[in-house]
Amino acid sequence: MTALVDRIPLSQKVSGHRPWWRALVGEVLWHDVVVGLAEGRLTLVSLWGEPRTVHMAVLDDANSDIGILSLDCPERRYPSVGRLHPPAIRLERAIRDLFGLEPVGLPDQRPWLDHGRWPERHPLGGGGPQSHVEPYRFLPAEGEGLHQIPVGPIHAGIIEPGHFRFSVNGEVLVRLEERLGFVHKGIEGLMAEADLETAARLAGRASGDSTVAYALAFARAVEAAAGIEAPRRAVCLRALMAELERVANHLGDIGAICNDAAFAFLLAHFSVLRESVLRASNACFGHRMMMDRVVPGGVSVDLDGPGEARLAALVDAMRPQFARLVDIYDSTASLKERTVSTGILKPELARQFGAGGYVGRASGRPNDARVVPGYPPYDGIRFEVPVLHSGDVNARIWVRIREVGESLALIEKLLAALPQGPVRVPIAIGGRGEGGALVESFRGDVFVWVRLGADGRVVRCHLRDPSWFQWPLLEAAVEGNIVADFPLCNKSFNCSYSGHDG
Amino acid sequence: MRKLMIDSLFQAPLTEPAPAPDPAAMAELAGLVDRAARQRLGRSLAIRHVDVGSCNGCELELHALGNPLYDLERFGLRFVASPRHADVLVVTGPLTRNMAEALERTWRATPDPKWVVAIGDCAADGGVFAGGYACVGGVSPTVPVDLHIRGCPPDPTRLLAGLLALIEASAQKG
Repeated sequence: MTALVDRIPLSQKVSGHRPWWRALVGEVLWHDVVVGLAEGRLTLVSLWGEPRTVHMAVLDDANSDIGILSLDCPERRYPSVGRLHPPAIRLERAIRDLFGLEPVGLPDQRPWLDHGRWPERHPLGGGGPQSHVEPYRFLPAEGEGLHQIPVGPIHAGIIEPGHFRFSVNGEVLVRLEERLGFVHKGIEGLMAEADLETAARLAGRASGDSTVAYALAFARAVEAAAGIEAPRRAVCLRALMAELERVANHLGDIGAICNDAAFAFLLAHFSVLRESVLRASNACFGHRMMMDRVVPGGVSVDLDGPGEARLAALVDAMRPQFARLVDIYDSTASLKERTVSTGILKPELARQFGAGGYVGRASGRPNDARVVPGYPPYDGIRFEVPVLHSGDVNARIWVRIREVGESLALIEKLLAALPQGPVRVPIAIGGRGEGGALVESFRGDVFVWVRLGADGRVVRCHLRDPSWFQWPLLEAAVEGNIVADFPLCNKSFNCSYSGHDG
Repeated sequence: MRKLMIDSLFQAPLTEPAPAPDPAAMAELAGLVDRAARQRLGRSLAIRHVDVGSCNGCELELHALGNPLYDLERFGLRFVASPRHADVLVVTGPLTRNMAEALERTWRATPDPKWVVAIGDCAADGGVFAGGYACVGGVSPTVPVDLHIRGCPPDPTRLLAGLLALIEASAQKG
């Protein structure tokens, strides 16, 4: 099998695109790549639009090469990817809503992000007046004794909004259909023409729980486009923040999943541990969630000596307390009875959708962006990426548990070898450039692609949350489970509404 | 688990002293709460959270209010599952156009007397998301806002100080 990269003629490759290649392709090569996705040789990384172009980023599983294919569509039509490869369907519906590009052959004609409430249609593709909006048609589920439970967009808790349509037979879920887009803020529209500082703040608020990961992905994409590298000390501080973010979120998630099985005791204890991470982050970096601390060119705040000691003490205190709570989780039969064999995600689906994070790694897909494609400083530090195969709620909890342990060890290693030196370099303005980055958030891989203008402003930026490939899998994982286990399944996925809706 | 519970019995509580009610919030609330409302509500308020486009940062800090260190419920403040059970709507996010109708309907479903607390910079004026096609940019005037708690996101102490001011206002005036 010829690697994808070898099939792209050099002349079609766009100059000034880093670190991966981007190539202008025709419909024939575009189609071949779609077939490669459908046959499982390639994994879809993202799919996004511009007013007259559609872009597709793919990962070649054979050699871990990432490439971006761009297809001009002057007629505002292109051959649908989702026609042969279902993970692309929602992305294509979003491209149609935002840019007015028609994916020819797409089996789903319904809008996705556009709920008929914006002042205009195709807001990023030249606009046009809103026309009459048809009521949204959910997919049918028919049979004797079936009934529907509509939930949302506003849910009964401190949760983001989205609509779930359950078709139920007695207690058993026959079909779940999600309808999302309620928190679409138009981030990619706001990014266009924004200066780097504003754009970095926007990227850091695509999904607040992953603010470090998003800011890092944006910064790395900008640095790639500008052809610079952040100083070594900044690279290590970024990783420290990213691991603190991972630990804090995993602690919150594990407690919250247990709480959804009515085991509030562990929620209380895990939330105390989570709070200790947030307070240490605040003391060391000046913000509990470390928003706006990672910036293009480096970091906006340095870590001082007392800060290093505080983080070392945090890890020391955390380990025994965490182990004690994990032991309680693992030895409480009534709790395990709820999590084991509940909400099973099949490995084939995880692979097909390229599911990242604990969703993929609990179902046998080993990918972690810190390893493939990899980025510094992780290329120089040994750590384990836990992979389980049972695909149930319990496996998604255990991937998190083991990742907390790995992240604590990573924090120790980073502290032990923290280089001295500057923490930020300026981004030189001048010359167009394009860059991409893939960064591992606690939830999975965040993809960012950016094009910078000669004035140093953002021309176009695309952000793809890991949830795009996880939300559809939640629909599959809950099938055949009872309604009462939905909160457990949902929390064990913990997809981002904000990150997905954009 | 038994050992952890026994240890907890002999430990001092983790819960920390309450912050003083936020004076700025008190000023915003002055004159707002009438005697009838006070009599009906006492010092207890039921809160319904509505996310109208938040990045989910504010939600994380609202969740933190429930942890043992802040322990929101000791003040008679609790989150409820339906607007029909609520005295207060806490609203986060820049109000996306896709959520505007849901917010209005939630507000109408909340019985009087009621208050709206806009949480975070986005709910005040759209924050970083102001100006696009997709956001109204701020919760007011779609629904009337009684109290703003600024921040991106406001930390739990700030949230607590603002909400305590709301209780104080409902207990003092009249």
